[in-house]
Amino acid sequence: MLPFNVLVAASVGYVAVLFALAFAAERMAERGRGGWLRSPVVYTLSLSIYCTAWTFFGAVGYAARSGLEFVTIYLGPTLVMVGWWLLLRKLVRIGKAQRITSVADLLSARYGKSASVGAIVTLIAVVGITPYIALQLQSVTLALSVFAEAAPGAPAWEPKETALVVALGLALFTVLFGTRNLDADERHHGVVLAIAVEAVVKLVALIAVGVFVVWELGAGPVDMLARIEASPIADWQLDPGRWVALTFLSGAALLCLPRMFQVLVVENVDERQLATASWAFPLYLFLISLFVMPIAVAGLERFPAGSNPDLFVLTLPLSAGREGLAMLAFLGGFSAATSMVIVAAIALATMVSNHIVLPIWLSVRTPQSRLSEDVRGLVLNVRRLSIACVLGLGWIYYSVSGGGAALAAIGLISFVGVAQFLPAMVGGLFWRGATRTGAVAGLVTGFVIWAYTFFLPSVGAATPLWAEVQAIGPYGIGWLRPQALFGIEGIDPLVHSVFWSMALNTAAFVGASLLSFPGPLERVQGVEFVGVFERDGPAPRGWQGGVAGAEELLAMAQRILGPGEAQRLFQDAAQGQGTGGFLPEVTPDFLQQLERRFAGAVGSATAHAMIAQAGGGTSVSVDDLMKVADEAQQIMEYSQKLEAQSEELSRTARQLREANRKLTELSAQKDAFLSQISHELRTPMTSIRAFSEILGEEGLADEERTRYAGVIHAETVRLTRLLDDLLDLSVLESGNVQLNMKETNLGDVIARAVSTASAAPGAKPFRILREPETEKVEIVTDPDRLAQVFINLITNARKYCDAPMQEVRIEVRRQGGQAQIDVVDNGSGIPRESQEIIFEKFARLGDHTRAGGAGLGLAICREIMEKLGGTIAYLPGQGGAAFRLTVPLRLARAA
Amino acid sequence: MRRPKPPLFLERDSYRRRRMADAARLVPVVGALLFLVPLLWAPAETDAADTVPGGLYIFLVWAGLILAAFLLSRRVGPEPPTRKLGDSEEGS
Repeated sequence: MLPFNVLVAASVGYVAVLFALAFAAERMAERGRGGWLRSPVVYTLSLSIYCTAWTFFGAVGYAARSGLEFVTIYLGPTLVMVGWWLLLRKLVRIGKAQRITSVADLLSARYGKSASVGAIVTLIAVVGITPYIALQLQSVTLALSVFAEAAPGAPAWEPKETALVVALGLALFTVLFGTRNLDADERHHGVVLAIAVEAVVKLVALIAVGVFVVWELGAGPVDMLARIEASPIADWQLDPGRWVALTFLSGAALLCLPRMFQVLVVENVDERQLATASWAFPLYLFLISLFVMPIAVAGLERFPAGSNPDLFVLTLPLSAGREGLAMLAFLGGFSAATSMVIVAAIALATMVSNHIVLPIWLSVRTPQSRLSEDVRGLVLNVRRLSIACVLGLGWIYYSVSGGGAALAAIGLISFVGVAQFLPAMVGGLFWRGATRTGAVAGLVTGFVIWAYTFFLPSVGAATPLWAEVQAIGPYGIGWLRPQALFGIEGIDPLVHSVFWSMALNTAAFVGASLLSFPGPLERVQGVEFVGVFERDGPAPRGWQGGVAGAEELLAMAQRILGPGEAQRLFQDAAQGQGTGGFLPEVTPDFLQQLERRFAGAVGSATAHAMIAQAGGGTSVSVDDLMKVADEAQQIMEYSQKLEAQSEELSRTARQLREANRKLTELSAQKDAFLSQISHELRTPMTSIRAFSEILGEEGLADEERTRYAGVIHAETVRLTRLLDDLLDLSVLESGNVQLNMKETNLGDVIARAVSTASAAPGAKPFRILREPETEKVEIVTDPDRLAQVFINLITNARKYCDAPMQEVRIEVRRQGGQAQIDVVDNGSGIPRESQEIIFEKFARLGDHTRAGGAGLGLAICREIMEKLGGTIAYLPGQGGAAFRLTVPLRLARAA
Repeated sequence: MRRPKPPLFLERDSYRRRRMADAARLVPVVGALLFLVPLLWAPAETDAADTVPGGLYIFLVWAGLILAAFLLSRRVGPEPPTRKLGDSEEGS
């Protein structure tokens, strides 16, 4: 007999391997390699999370109980997949265009980025999926019990405790991989690869058991068919109602289950994947189903009546002494359960954080706290907590329902629950007249009927109160009996629930849509969704430009997308507009782009609300409403060409304006500088002349002589410094500079600069925050010149930083072949209008006398950085004045 | 204008591609009808052992659908870049 400990060790080892694979895949994706992770094969395999432990164990049980009916669960998805051109293609296209993160996000975005629709869908999903997760816990526990009971001297079997341990382990794995980072597009390469591997394991395991049953226990396919003919399930008891309802339901589940939506739409990369999956996924289902009947029949033959048919996949090989095969079968079922739970928990956690927690958080916080809070951290923590809660709910349901029911019956409860999304989803994709009111009415109606006729009977069946309601109706109202609504009796409970919930759901959805009037944003989104294939002009947009400050938006984006991602986005946008730096002009297009990116991280409703709060300009413009109206379409198309031309022109104009403004400012500065420099030269000259005349006179005391000589000396030092700076700059600019390249440590350079710059006495307390660990970067450069740049920046911070307790933060990062160093102080920063001229010669801001220099420092820094092959730029949105330096780790020998 | 009126007649390739897309839309309808055929046999009302013929029928139709989807996915799959004009027809 297979020792129980070996089995547990094998499961743990298997999870560890998956863990390593997922980790490796994440690393590869981060480095930009691993294009094969996006191949259609991996995509198809990831879809196989449709086949959970319910399929692996339950399908055989189902077949043993009701014969051929089990195939309906796979026929529905087959029809949806082979019909991808009709529905899935549109869904995936919309998912990408709108950066949809979940099924709740899809419906919320379609119905005017409505927070309420998102919240309702999330609630239904959480309630609906709970039985499904319980089902996975139950099947793993059941499977383990087979081994535990057979093992000699095993401790007393505690199913609830085992399920709890399994739930905890799964929660840990999911938290570790599903919430490692807040992806801008919600893709999880590691998890997708892990479930693809699990897909292979469960298919191989089930086929191996099938081959064993057909060729080893039996004598080949022909013999197998004869045994089926002779078995108790030889006569096909086809119930037409259940046949149709189940096929419909399983097809709907493929579209509506949050985890299926996650792998089908959110993780999809291109439509080529879908084209392959359209035949490959049905093929997978076909292969999974092929051996179900033989295994069921063999089990019915060999075991006495009353043994659990859900476990035939395990007990058949065990009874024949094939322990290796039994172990493989167990791992297959284990794979099926874990992959479902992981993806379902990730999908639900995304929905809970984006559609329940974030909207609440947005409404309770004050505007002042907006900039200081770490949204990313909040979202990630909420997701971790949600994952734990989802698994906890699953465990509670398992404990309450007693874990007694057949696996298939539990799975169907979830299917009917999530199928309630179908009318709002399909209606939203194909009917522009569908409104938010209609969607809410349909969803709520469907959910209530499902809960009353199917969900509550599953959990409350044992209580006497519920038994009474079931028998005579609530308060004795006969036509409200949960499984005989309107007094129509004798229908199968499943068919009854599917029929009434879907019929009334659709009726409420259509009726309320027809009677209500949609808001402007709903209509815009309706056009975007329904006409996703027709549109190739500019998207209608919901924003008026120029309300929010670019710097404020950048600060917000950094908190949601992370600093690197946000800065890149802003830099690209600025470049696209033809200006440099980090701050693009806040145009409606840019706001739209920004909202899409936020939507990828926090969902469309929250993203919309956040931009609205930051910008205030949340109106839909007249243009957009015109686009909604059909008659305007023609005119719009005609004007598109003009629009494209004028956009080109305005980009050129923007560049010219920018250049012109810079020139004008520089010319004014040059004039100012000339008078300034004359003044600076003249003042020391005057005093030198005066004092040297005095020195020439007779009768001076020695001490007076010394003092006057001292004054003359100090004045010449000042003059020399000014001239040194000028010379330095002209040498750097003319290109005749000698660089003294050495291999050195960046930390040493910074340390030297810090000690030099801190030596001079300052008016305010001052400190420097460094992270010596990150500074250990080996670099080939001119250390003296580089130190000069740091000294300049730190001295500037000491001069200009207006905080009572001055702080300068120095952060070093490696990026590719470059080191990136940020020098940030805690003052009030440099005003937007001055940020572009500070690197020009003679630029000096504000109070000249305070500075005591000629305004050459940053110009010299820029020249040095260019000579070292790097850059220096002002980094807005960091609180104080911030400069970003980049230096190549190894300078290419150009000159 | 960026998008002129679609031409009245299409080239042979584009025409073929569109008809294949029509076929792709038909596959699930045909499949659903074929899966409903067993309802006509009413196997529950007969005493014959009809699980085996029924199962063979279902699995054969299933394999046929997979084959059809496989062939069609090659024909309608990624749109060639030359076909910019007719996108509008594929709306719904």
